[in-house]
Amino acid sequence: MRKKNIWLTLMASIVFIFLIIPLFIVVVTAFGESPSIQFPIKGFSLQWFGEVFKTKSFMRGMKTSLFISIWATVASIIIGVPAAYALARGTVKRRALLKNVFLSPTFVPGIVIGFALFQFLTIKLQMKIITSLFLGHFLISLPYIIRVVGSSLEHFDFSIEEAAWTLGCTKTKSFVKVVLPNISSGIFASFMLAFINSFNNIPVSMFLSGPGVQTLPIALMNHIEYNYDPTVSAMSVMLMLCTILLMWVIEKTLGLATIA
Amino acid sequence: MKLKRNTMLLLLPGTVLLILFLFLPLLSILFPTFFNEAFTIGKYVEFFKDSYNLGILWRTFKISMIVTIICVILGVPTAYFMSLTSKRTRSLLLAVTLFPLLTNSVIRSFAWITILGKNGVLNSFLLSLNIIKEPVGLLYSEFAIIIGTVYLFLPILITTVLGVLDNIDGDLIEAAQTLGANYFKSFTKVILPLCIPGILVGSMLVFTGTLTAYTTPQMLGGNKNMMLATMLYQEASALGNWTNAGVIALIMIVVTLLVMQIFNIIANQFDKRGEDENA
Repeated sequence: MRKKNIWLTLMASIVFIFLIIPLFIVVVTAFGESPSIQFPIKGFSLQWFGEVFKTKSFMRGMKTSLFISIWATVASIIIGVPAAYALARGTVKRRALLKNVFLSPTFVPGIVIGFALFQFLTIKLQMKIITSLFLGHFLISLPYIIRVVGSSLEHFDFSIEEAAWTLGCTKTKSFVKVVLPNISSGIFASFMLAFINSFNNIPVSMFLSGPGVQTLPIALMNHIEYNYDPTVSAMSVMLMLCTILLMWVIEKTLGLATIA
Repeated sequence: MKLKRNTMLLLLPGTVLLILFLFLPLLSILFPTFFNEAFTIGKYVEFFKDSYNLGILWRTFKISMIVTIICVILGVPTAYFMSLTSKRTRSLLLAVTLFPLLTNSVIRSFAWITILGKNGVLNSFLLSLNIIKEPVGLLYSEFAIIIGTVYLFLPILITTVLGVLDNIDGDLIEAAQTLGANYFKSFTKVILPLCIPGILVGSMLVFTGTLTAYTTPQMLGGNKNMMLATMLYQEASALGNWTNAGVIALIMIVVTLLVMQIFNIIANQFDKRGEDENA
């Protein structure tokens, strides 16, 4: 029998309270009547949620963020899954080096990636900011695909694929019919992780903002700098609801432990 | 032979994209830091001679160290507690841990502005209890950065250590307790040594994460408490000094890789020790 100790319980409780209280306060402040952020709130009002929809930078930011994160993640799946497969088959020379190349965006700080893309692609090559922003988010999504799909390929028995070859399947066909179905939950998990991470990212997008191009987190950050009001809290509540929804989907399909 | 060529083809698009859109841009920002008509490391010498820069470098290190230590002290017992709870409680606690981690870091920093600000929750609470007479300036300080960053990274440490704890054989603990080890002893003598690799990986993630953090120092630190990432942004964006920003960029990359390497070496030492004991 593993026993729990009173001090351990106490300490863990404090940690969980510490993790929850700040976000709880943000949620409460979204429902106040006063135009400044108060806690505890006076009165009850839903007007700040209406304000969110009237705040143009939030609406545009939401569109940009969804567009960038979805397409960057899709692109990283298209490029990353075949690469993870090739790395796992083990027939490649210098596998460790190549794997590190694919994981390299994790070794470079986000703000540096953003700065480098801004200076080289947008200033030197005159590419549109939105293109650089997309590429930046593609770069940070790729390692998630390589890691998560890579680890689900480690559990895959490649002799099944070889059996398909022997039975006359082409390489492509057996990949689609045999390998892909077996790693589909890994692909889904990596998609969710990469999407959430890209949607929440700030450092990479910091330099890659311009007229009409601004991700939601950046818009939120700029808004807080000049207007510290409950609209931010209301926007936060809506984003937290999306997070809960995503967590629920992950829990129902894969189990939350798979992304921990 | 054909198989080899085919698998190489699968890696080609990604490799090309990484070279074009990561390595080339990186080279293009780093090149000017070494070349000013001829090869020179003058820019770096200049950087390290300036006491203002050294102050920021030191603050970044100091805060990363403090944050990592606090995360380990708070996170390891919490992960251990979670590993002892029933399956139901555990998945609830895991959700509580993951929720802040998946919430945008702007929102998480915003929460701490609400708590620590002059008219914030903490000040009004302390004022109402008459513990303080005037609001205390807690925001825009190293303290605010530390608490905000601990809040940012504590879930990562908890989940990493929890992952390792789950792989520990429950019989080992039972054996220790049967052999007379009390609760505390079985934790320090059996569990703690076994989860050191997990603690090291978690610490590495927290340490490098804090070293390169942008959002929290920007929102909670203010201009007086700059860290490497906020300094890079300021140099490039507000001052337009791209060469200096490049210098900071390389320093950040090198420091990140060094820290990862150091943690890897320590982790390998522990692995080896484990093998020796088994032999």
